[in-house]
Amino acid sequence: MIAPRLHVLRYLRLVKNAGFRFAAALAAAPCASVAAAAAAPEPIKIGVYASLTGKEAVWGQSAEKATRLAVDDVNAGGGVLGRPLLAIIEDNQSKPGESVTAVRKLISRDKVIAILGEASSGRSLEAAPICQQARIPMISGGSNPKVTQVGNFIFRTHFIDPFQGTVMSRFAREKLGAKRLALLTEVTNAYAVGLAKYFSADAAAHQTPIVIEQKYSAGERDFKAQLTAIKAANVDAIFVPGYYTEAGLIVAQARELGLNLPVLGGDGWEGPQLLAIGGPALRDTYYCNNFSSESDVPETRRFIARYQARFQSMPGGTAADAYDAVLMLTDAIKRAGSTEPEKIRAALATTGGLRGVGGPLNVDANRDQLKPAYILGYNSGDYHLVQVIQP
Amino acid sequence: MSEFLQQLLNGLSLGAIYALIALGYTMVYGVLRFINFAHSDVFMVGAFIGYYLGKLVPEGTLWGGLLVLSGAMIGCALLGMFIERVVYRPLRHGPTLNVLITAIGVSLLLEYTGQIVFGAAPRTFPQIFPTANYHVGSLTISSNQVFVIGVAILLMIALQLIVFKTKIGTAMRAVSLNPKAAQLVGVNNNVVISFTFGLGSALAAAGGILYAMNYPSIDPLMGVMPGLKAFVAAILGGIGNIPGAALGGLLLGTVETFIGGSQFSTYKDAIAFAILIVILLFKPAGLLGKFTIEKV
Repeated sequence: MIAPRLHVLRYLRLVKNAGFRFAAALAAAPCASVAAAAAAPEPIKIGVYASLTGKEAVWGQSAEKATRLAVDDVNAGGGVLGRPLLAIIEDNQSKPGESVTAVRKLISRDKVIAILGEASSGRSLEAAPICQQARIPMISGGSNPKVTQVGNFIFRTHFIDPFQGTVMSRFAREKLGAKRLALLTEVTNAYAVGLAKYFSADAAAHQTPIVIEQKYSAGERDFKAQLTAIKAANVDAIFVPGYYTEAGLIVAQARELGLNLPVLGGDGWEGPQLLAIGGPALRDTYYCNNFSSESDVPETRRFIARYQARFQSMPGGTAADAYDAVLMLTDAIKRAGSTEPEKIRAALATTGGLRGVGGPLNVDANRDQLKPAYILGYNSGDYHLVQVIQP
Repeated sequence: MSEFLQQLLNGLSLGAIYALIALGYTMVYGVLRFINFAHSDVFMVGAFIGYYLGKLVPEGTLWGGLLVLSGAMIGCALLGMFIERVVYRPLRHGPTLNVLITAIGVSLLLEYTGQIVFGAAPRTFPQIFPTANYHVGSLTISSNQVFVIGVAILLMIALQLIVFKTKIGTAMRAVSLNPKAAQLVGVNNNVVISFTFGLGSALAAAGGILYAMNYPSIDPLMGVMPGLKAFVAAILGGIGNIPGAALGGLLLGTVETFIGGSQFSTYKDAIAFAILIVILLFKPAGLLGKFTIEKV
């Protein structure tokens, strides 16, 4: 940086000496910026698609914040390979189809070297084939096993649904003593359908059968019909694999119908909307997450403190996933010693022993993660850690 | 049996909301012979006005709730009249198709303006009325359900009185029968049409508040599905016929709820709409509609 500044000074002096004081003022500004641009190394561009608006806006917005935090951390530490990171963030409005457009734009126009996103498995499944085809590594925060099965360029930071489904089925059986279970599945959502499948497989294997399965579609608001049918089936607990808006409405309507059973969910339940809609009706509900704000892992504690200091809000699991995705990527770029997508992919596949803010990051042969699951239960106004289950 | 009664109650409270929205479609059609597609978005605006007003009054009080309800109804009545004055009136003498397309345009305008003004993320609607659950035998009745059905019945009776017992109601029926002749006998068509839009929009706002009370997550696209269902309900009952719209709404809500509680729950919209097709095959003018011959 010293050399260009000297250059500018010398230029200024030259102009002054020549007597063109007025011209100097005009010329100095553009000249300085050109000099700075020439000296700064070109940033490494990474593409992020997230649900910044729409139904799951909470996830996208916290992922965006965590991504910015992670990128700033990397850049404060000197960047990667001597170059700063630059995150280009696109919104998919929580809508099906929009992720494809966003990811195509990031790859073809912005020429990003990797894609990060997103928390929803359904939308990750839309973007994954595009990344695989373009041979650009993608790190998803989704939990459906099909996401990484798309191809060898697709990775994840999250645990997978077979694990999550088993964990919740075991919790219902062992902790809640449930014998007869009910399912209320969002059928328009790849994540929910997958999670319901793994939950019922484990439940059936342990003689706690699903006696009734009811279905709903995304965006529905009236669940009383399904819940009345569940009430008549005389079950011990209800499993609702789905997203937080519907989960809040379902629990509230269940309680209105006098259905005071334990209601269980997966990591899709995480969101402040759940608490806002459900309120005290959420008593006796539990969900499984990849993150708990009450975890005592030092990396997690540090992340929570820094996120709160910067954004004045509590990070959730999607924020931790977004931070860890940047961490995994920078680690891979460093080990690859290159920003070539193919080399980054090879390095990502051998990720191991990395200490992420949401738990250890180890990529297995299926490009999936083995991470602990946190079971959270509602108690006086918020969800608190009930149990940690190691993989 | 108790499951049947519970489902019937669930269905009626959903149907009552459809009926309130359907009334707006049917009234405008009755007077102007066109479908106001922006109606379902006036319903959404009603819910959002309720959301903002609900923050100003204490939660869970009867007077606060009624204040919010009437505020939203007045707000939407003004919005409905404004839309009619600015958008539909200049097109009134053009082909019906132009107005229809414009209505779709206004609908999209409201939806996407809503996304900018209110934000695209869902909001949680406050508990504006006190709530309680009553247990009658094995039946659980929430105060919200009772309230929805009660308010819907009251508003429908009020509407029936306005249309058949007041001067402006007589004028509405006159314009509906023959706008030119009505004008000749001294009816101010503009005032009547404005009033119709105001009344229909106020009912949509009431529907929006009741809907948001029962399903307290609101967003700018919340009107799309209920709007479509209410439109179907209006046709099912016989478009242009006020008791028909109420009947259509209740019928559609009940059918949808019963299918939703069976193992065919994913097909509930498909089955509800298939029933519509069957009814229209046998009764082309709808359940209560009268078939009128178009004069050429």
